[in-house]
Amino acid sequence: MAAALLSGCGPQYLVLHPVGPAGRQELNLIIISVILIAIVIVPTIAIFFFVIFRYRNTPGNKAKYTPEWSESKTLEIVWWSIPIIIVGFLSAFTAKTTFALTRPPEQNVTPITIHVTSLDWKWLFQYPGQGVATVNYCEIPTGVPIQFVLTSDAPMNSFWVPQLGGQEYTMPGMAMGLWLQADKSGTYYGHGANFTGSGFAHDNFNVIATSDAQFNQWVKDTKSTAPALTLTGYNHLKQPSTMGTASYSSFPPGLFHNVVWADGGQYMPKTMQGANAGMNDTNSTSSNH
Amino acid sequence: MPEALKHFTDTYLMWNEGYLIWISDILIALTSIGIVATLTYFKKWKWLWKEWLTTVDHKKIGIMYMIAALLMMFRGGADAMLLRTQLASPNSKFLTPDHYDQIFTTHGTIMILFMAMPLIFAMFNIAVPLQIGARDVAFPYLNAVSFWLFFFGAMLFNISFVFGGSPDAGWVSYPPLTELGFDKGPGENFYLLSLQISGIGSIATGINFLATILKMRAPGMKLMKMPLFTWSVVAASIVIIFAFPALTIALALLMLDRIVGTHFFTMLHGGDPMMYVNLFWIWGHPEVYIVVLPAFGIFSEVVATFARKRIFGYNSMVASLLLISVISYFVWAHHFFTMGAGADVNTFFAVASMMVAIPTGVKVFNWLFTMYRGRISFELPMLWTLAFVPNFIIGGATGVMLAVAPADYQYHNSYFLIAHFHQVLIAGPVFGLLAGMYYWWPKMFGFKLDERIGRIAFWLFNIGFYVCFMPQYALGFKGMQRRMYTYPAGMGWHTLNLISTIGAYVMGLGFLFIVVQIVYSMKHGERDVTGDPWNGRTLEWSLPSPVPHYNFAVIPQVTDRDMWWLMKQEGRADELRKFDAAAIHDIHMPKNSGRPFLMGLAFFVAGFGFVFNWYVLAVIGLVGVALTMILRAFEWDDEYHIPAEEVLEAEAALGRV
Ligand code: HEM
Ligand SMILES: [Cu+2]
Ligand SMILES: [Cu+2]
Repeated sequence: MAAALLSGCGPQYLVLHPVGPAGRQELNLIIISVILIAIVIVPTIAIFFFVIFRYRNTPGNKAKYTPEWSESKTLEIVWWSIPIIIVGFLSAFTAKTTFALTRPPEQNVTPITIHVTSLDWKWLFQYPGQGVATVNYCEIPTGVPIQFVLTSDAPMNSFWVPQLGGQEYTMPGMAMGLWLQADKSGTYYGHGANFTGSGFAHDNFNVIATSDAQFNQWVKDTKSTAPALTLTGYNHLKQPSTMGTASYSSFPPGLFHNVVWADGGQYMPKTMQGANAGMNDTNSTSSNH
Repeated sequence: MPEALKHFTDTYLMWNEGYLIWISDILIALTSIGIVATLTYFKKWKWLWKEWLTTVDHKKIGIMYMIAALLMMFRGGADAMLLRTQLASPNSKFLTPDHYDQIFTTHGTIMILFMAMPLIFAMFNIAVPLQIGARDVAFPYLNAVSFWLFFFGAMLFNISFVFGGSPDAGWVSYPPLTELGFDKGPGENFYLLSLQISGIGSIATGINFLATILKMRAPGMKLMKMPLFTWSVVAASIVIIFAFPALTIALALLMLDRIVGTHFFTMLHGGDPMMYVNLFWIWGHPEVYIVVLPAFGIFSEVVATFARKRIFGYNSMVASLLLISVISYFVWAHHFFTMGAGADVNTFFAVASMMVAIPTGVKVFNWLFTMYRGRISFELPMLWTLAFVPNFIIGGATGVMLAVAPADYQYHNSYFLIAHFHQVLIAGPVFGLLAGMYYWWPKMFGFKLDERIGRIAFWLFNIGFYVCFMPQYALGFKGMQRRMYTYPAGMGWHTLNLISTIGAYVMGLGFLFIVVQIVYSMKHGERDVTGDPWNGRTLEWSLPSPVPHYNFAVIPQVTDRDMWWLMKQEGRADELRKFDAAAIHDIHMPKNSGRPFLMGLAFFVAGFGFVFNWYVLAVIGLVGVALTMILRAFEWDDEYHIPAEEVLEAEAALGRV
């Protein structure tokens, strides 16, 4: 079943071809859930077709007819218990993975933090550790856990890179955490997943995973060749529009923090810890509510 | 002056947006003229007012709900066709992004609130009093008020299309996208006010039917002797009463944000948009059960009738209805697993959501075992019920998949979700209510709907359904987000989208066949002279079709849950069909009133005023509302008696004395 699910589907089935631990765990859970559910629904559908064929009202039908038979303790106990057992198993798997996904995937590699801001209709990535910033693409090294810290300086959006793993909302005034990691080099499709208005369909970006060395080289190149992102530049980015990619050698210090603060983070002290993650406190939790 | 006129037509009538609007305006004008002319020509104004607009008869209110719901299904369906046409090919220019956004918003809102809701209320009204042996609902006047609030709410929502502009932020209308900062237009106000107005009506209907069922059952009908459809209405009404206030609050606060400038749902000054999201889904999840529980009730009636067998596991069926209605309050956060709640919270809501599958699964098994050792015939109500079963099993399965929180991180906001909820909403409420419509149609109108055309519609709709929505599961795995007005060519999404669009057209064709079927059957439909065309089991089938307006000349005594079936088996059917003249007494009935209609109209005027911040108009409307209420408060004489002789005469004419 699982094999059929996978083999029948080409590489454009992004969710079925994860390249990182988060996406892989999610896919495993998808497969487990499909199997557990199939155990119940395949026989049920088979019984359904059998019953409507066997007991149809045609003149010569010799099948039993018991118009008043309407109770059976045994049968009812059977089908109250089957779904209970299945749901029990599925719940256990679900709980395990839900908790696992809040921890960094790779425990003994130092993670990188990237601050992500969704704007109308573009994505700004700031690298507090590297000092560079990009729009609509995001370079990451392979094999390194990435802590994405997400906010929005526009309507609520959702950050989704299917091949790396599931999504997380970006919200103004809040800083949300999401651990992702790529194990293979490649360019991975990402898109805002929560509707944000008329430019929403063009709100896509790429995550580009490369080797450590290439990543460092990219940082160096960006630092030396790209222009700086100024506050004016940021305010310009903020205006509703769609655009291609851009790179910046630096960004105004504390920009991410200040944006979260100004959009309402000031009223949520806990969220501000998240917004500082990667600058002083890399271990801050991945969820802030 | 022409300058001012042009400003008006551009701002409010959107004539600068091109021919789509002009065509709509012309069509609407022609339809209105047509209706007015027909009514005038046939001198039907008085008839319309006396027989329909002022009626408090639950059967007529039910019919009006049904007509309105079918019209809204047409509107929502037309929206769906436009959306699917746009998505048939990549980079399509058929619709602009703004139009696409408006259309998916009106489609979703109309389908849930102005199609599914009135359709369940139609069934409540048509069947419940007849099933429990009552002469009307507990509060007939309130029932009319509910209908007119729904009706004028729906009108207010629909008028946005040609006056002021439609809402465009999705049927969920999340802030901050819907706050003034991002959305200045009146469209969003139309959404807020029309839902608010019809929502008042919905709460009143929930209260009304709960009271009716608890207080007005025929003597002997203990709770555990009620038909399952009536039980499902109990469950749905409870959910309505507890869920709708959450929506009322959410919409009211958002309205304050937009009109008065508060910050409940912006982060500025300490507000929080997630509060809206929570409130919305505290209503929104139970809402899907509100529309599906009555469908479950209908399936239970239809399965027993057409398998000619007593429903299997009645107690379990009742228990599962009530369990579903309770659990439905503890699952709302599965609509935003990815909004950063902790792993503990997500696990709780994931497990609770999966638990809904348990009572639902039990119901499916019980339906199967009702048919087991029965004798199944395949008339239209049963066909839709049978089509529901595998369809809902698959939809339920993908629902459990979505409940697995970490898996949902990948499905959320994707076409996988779109496929899932259309599958459960179409297999459940839409198939269920169509089954109910075919089932009770003869009871309402005295004739059956044509089988042959109905079968064509059935197969088109069903095949179209799978062709349209199965590919969307795959699109979800391919990473396609919902609410995209267009998509690029290189993602491999094209073929599946094209197939899906073809399926949608086939479904649309199916719907047209239903319309043809209705029109055709009005003339050629098989007349129902027995009152019991399906060999039914419950009390409504003991009445003539169509039912006289006092329903029961003599209130029956109940001893069994399949009372009518039992009496037929025991050869006592005539006890409910032939009365002694002495058994017939005066009948106490509520009087008609034009005020519910006028109150709805006043709400409409007030709502319209608030949409545009035209406060004079708003105040005029509110004064109208207050006035109708005050007049009602001083109305002492709102009932009358039908004299026994008149009842006797009517029953004699039906051959029942
Ligand atoms: C002929 C049948 C139908 C077709 C072809 C259809 C098609 C669509 C399409 C194309 C969308 C927009 C997807 C997107 O861009 O995100 C949509 C959204 C939606 N549909 Fe349907 N639909 C149908 C019937 C229904 C029914 C019967 C219901 C409810 C009872 C329903 C409820 C919704 C809702 C709630 C949305 C979400 C709107 C939003 O995103 O805010 N649809 N449908
Ligand atoms: Cu938040
Ligand atoms: Cu839900």
